[in-house]
Amino acid sequence: MRALLSTYALFAKDVRSEWRTRHALNSLLMFVVTAVIVILFALRSVEPNPELFSGMLWVVIFFTTMSGMSRAFVAEEDRGTTLTLQLVASPGVVFWGKLFLNSGLILVLSGIISVLYKLFFSGFVVKSPDVYMASIVLGSLGFASASTIIAAIIAKTSGRGTLYAVLLFPLLIIPLLTAMNSTTKSLEGAPFNDAIIDFQTLLGYLMVMVAGSSLLFEYVWKD
Amino acid sequence: MKYVRYGAIALITFVILAGIAIPTVRTPQGLFEFPSIPGLGQKTRNIFFHVPVAWTTVVAFLVSMYYGFRYLRTRDMDFDVKSVSSAGLGFMFCFLATVTGSVWAKFNWGEFWNWDPRETSIFILLLIYAAYFALRSSLDNDELRARLSAVYSLVAGLTVPFFIFVMPRIMTGLHPGAAGDVEGMGPVLELKMSGNMLFVFFMGLIGFNLLYVWMLDLRVRAAKLDYSQLLKQSK
Amino acid sequence: MSDFKIVLTNVVKEFNRRVVFEDISFSLKIGESIAITGKNGTGKSTLSKIVAGVLSPSKGKVEYFADGKKLDADRVKDAIGFVSPYLNVYDEFSALENLIILSRIRSGKSALAARVEELLKLVNLWSRRDDRVGVYSSGMKQRLKYAFALLHRPRLLILDEPTSNLDSDGVEVVKTIAQEQRKTGILVVATNDKTESAWCRRRLHL
Repeated sequence: MRALLSTYALFAKDVRSEWRTRHALNSLLMFVVTAVIVILFALRSVEPNPELFSGMLWVVIFFTTMSGMSRAFVAEEDRGTTLTLQLVASPGVVFWGKLFLNSGLILVLSGIISVLYKLFFSGFVVKSPDVYMASIVLGSLGFASASTIIAAIIAKTSGRGTLYAVLLFPLLIIPLLTAMNSTTKSLEGAPFNDAIIDFQTLLGYLMVMVAGSSLLFEYVWKD
Repeated sequence: MKYVRYGAIALITFVILAGIAIPTVRTPQGLFEFPSIPGLGQKTRNIFFHVPVAWTTVVAFLVSMYYGFRYLRTRDMDFDVKSVSSAGLGFMFCFLATVTGSVWAKFNWGEFWNWDPRETSIFILLLIYAAYFALRSSLDNDELRARLSAVYSLVAGLTVPFFIFVMPRIMTGLHPGAAGDVEGMGPVLELKMSGNMLFVFFMGLIGFNLLYVWMLDLRVRAAKLDYSQLLKQSK
Repeated sequence: MSDFKIVLTNVVKEFNRRVVFEDISFSLKIGESIAITGKNGTGKSTLSKIVAGVLSPSKGKVEYFADGKKLDADRVKDAIGFVSPYLNVYDEFSALENLIILSRIRSGKSALAARVEELLKLVNLWSRRDDRVGVYSSGMKQRLKYAFALLHRPRLLILDEPTSNLDSDGVEVVKTIAQEQRKTGILVVATNDKTESAWCRRRLHL
């Protein structure tokens, strides 16, 4: 119970802190808008099919993850507050707090990206909303699960920005390809049962990643 | 280690000779003829080199993970030396597997690279190795480098089962034996290899693994020598 | 709760296979104090981090006992207060917010308002409690670190360079804190300053 309240307190601290400084959130938001508009320009004279739409959607979510999710730990390291957190919180509390933060952030951003696609592309029609929702939620959570521990790793290194992408990319291939697959199905109007195998894969990936990284996190966090 | 060395040399020499010299014929008779597998023909011979090398890649990766795990539990730098030495060899074998596979693919499928599930998987494995070494080179502190790279190889290891079991379902495959089999071992055994082919193949498997063990031993010993040299200088 | 003890056994710290310090063993119980002294680079800060439980030794053990029982890792942080130059609080929050947020993360519930007020008055920051820490001077930040370290009434207080950036008033406050801690708990001071090391009964020269 105490650990749960602590985790929530850490999560609330991060949300409040991000809201107060906001420049990171703003630049992420601008990144998302810019990326969608670039794709709009690139595709202005073609009528994209579901596969292309799903690919382009996940490209934006993918690069947003690559550029935004390392903040969770880099921000603490840059402000020199890592030691403070080590003093007040156990590794488990820090891991879950940051995992929830990254999950929340990426879910919100994926939502915004979806809305932007809907607004900008007349051809972007989701025929199976349930499949679409499940794809976005499970895919985003899969991204968040892998990106949290990698963020903790790169916070301790030099040359973070590029290294983050290098370390994270191989881990994100599985959820990326799977979520692209099921998103395509949702745009084609497939019933939920057709995509169930993708969701099992995503769920399995999510559980394996969360379980594994929660066990390994302590070795990264504690000096 | 002497026997490992002799074993590796003998077996690989045997595999090279037998694998290249024995002719493939439509109706094999006796020990010194291989059957011609439809669609593969002479290109079957790659199986004696490509598959053992690919296997050794995976073995090297698992060994590296195992020693990384041991390092995390004991904080004994020798385990880190073993882990990184194995990863280095894994990277080399991975490269060889990619090249042998790619050359074979050019003649069998018409292109050097086709994004077949297994090609994709080995490409990702190459990326993981590259990322592992990029991570190591960005850290100056020995203990931190050992710790973080061990964690990274373990996290990356978590995704490996997905590449073996899930990837072939997501992507359509060209690889021999790919359709309907997700076991990874399948293509090798399901192909109708004759007894003498299987023998050469397994000798190749053992030979390349012995080669790996020998090279790992050499690398670890060299790395330890380097370390003791450094320690002497710092005193 | 009255009994608390920290025991270091054969602690060794290595850095890139170079030994920073070797074979350090001591134990402290309530009412005892130790000053860690030594030249630059001999590992005063490193040892104080090890004592505070935020850094693992390369070899050896650090154990904490309460009422004769060994404390597990999750409970240790409730018994430790640490002031260090490497420690920072959140610039975007005010002093008051920092104390409340950090106490919530530590124990799941907020520190008592009275305790927060008492401490902020002690370190003379009460009038500036709603200003963001980002605009504080380095001396004020150092004072705030004391309020943070004392918030949960730690039985083990570790001070690394206790009076850096402080004016004479601040030094007096720290001296009072140190004397108080020596009566009610354990005090560890890492310093090269003679007057500061005189706060402690025992010496450890690295």
